[in-house]
Amino acid sequence: MPLDQSFLGRTYPLTEPYQVSREKIREFADAIGDPHPAYRDQAAAQALGHPDVIAPPTFAIVMSMRASHQVVRDPELGLDYSKVVHGEQQFHYQRPIRAGDVLRVRTTVESIRAVAGNDLLTTKGEILTAEDELVVTALSTIVARGTARSAPAEGGPE
Amino acid sequence: MTRPVAEVTAGMPIPAQSFPIERATLIQYAGASGDFNPIHWSEQTARAVGLPDVIAHGMLTMAMAVRVVTDWLGDPGAVLSYGVRFTRPVVVEHGIPSQLDVSGTVRSVDPDARTAELDLTASVAGQTVLARARAKVRLA
Repeated sequence: MPLDQSFLGRTYPLTEPYQVSREKIREFADAIGDPHPAYRDQAAAQALGHPDVIAPPTFAIVMSMRASHQVVRDPELGLDYSKVVHGEQQFHYQRPIRAGDVLRVRTTVESIRAVAGNDLLTTKGEILTAEDELVVTALSTIVARGTARSAPAEGGPE
Repeated sequence: MTRPVAEVTAGMPIPAQSFPIERATLIQYAGASGDFNPIHWSEQTARAVGLPDVIAHGMLTMAMAVRVVTDWLGDPGAVLSYGVRFTRPVVVEHGIPSQLDVSGTVRSVDPDARTAELDLTASVAGQTVLARARAKVRLA
């Protein structure tokens, strides 16, 4: 079923504030198997010029994915979430996310396409501080695999 | 301190690394990231949607792949942008760790801006799992 094109360009309200803690950063770094001291040790992070421990580059997904559920799981969009895989992901950093940040996400529907029987949805998540400082922009494309395709893949068509 | 621009030239390789991914890795990542999609931990669900077995989170693969960049840079906070396309699922069988092999090359250097663009390749058992994997980094 084609996605509702009227969602294109829609911007959603800012999410509730997300408080970035040292422990959450450490937990995430452990989960991706990355032992870098800047994710764990304030002194190590400060030696690199950061005020507190920083988060690994992909940590932004914790906030942006949750925020994108406002769109993705809206029944009116018509996306079959059971068929969804992640197609593409980009991050643009103004600075690294760090412990002590209080962040909110503004999600916008960037594009809605149908390619080779798959529905592709791209959302933009702007991750902002309480002072409206842009920290990270996350662009996520998810693919709802069409029934026309027999070989499923985590990813979109080339 | 990030890597000095004088040490970086276009075409130079950055050190390759390999990362094991096993079922426990996926459970731990699900918990830390909040992505509890059952295709990453339930064989029944994965097979019901046509996958051969449980697959790794694309975002876990993406997180591991950028390690070659951040370890080479020294300062993970010097990554300016990073993007990938997920081309093939990383299947993780029970009891058999998969291995993600990642390598990278400096595509271009801008000495005035003190930035560089890097191309990454990521494969499992010789099959590419990420395409258009690129990072832009700040140099000293």
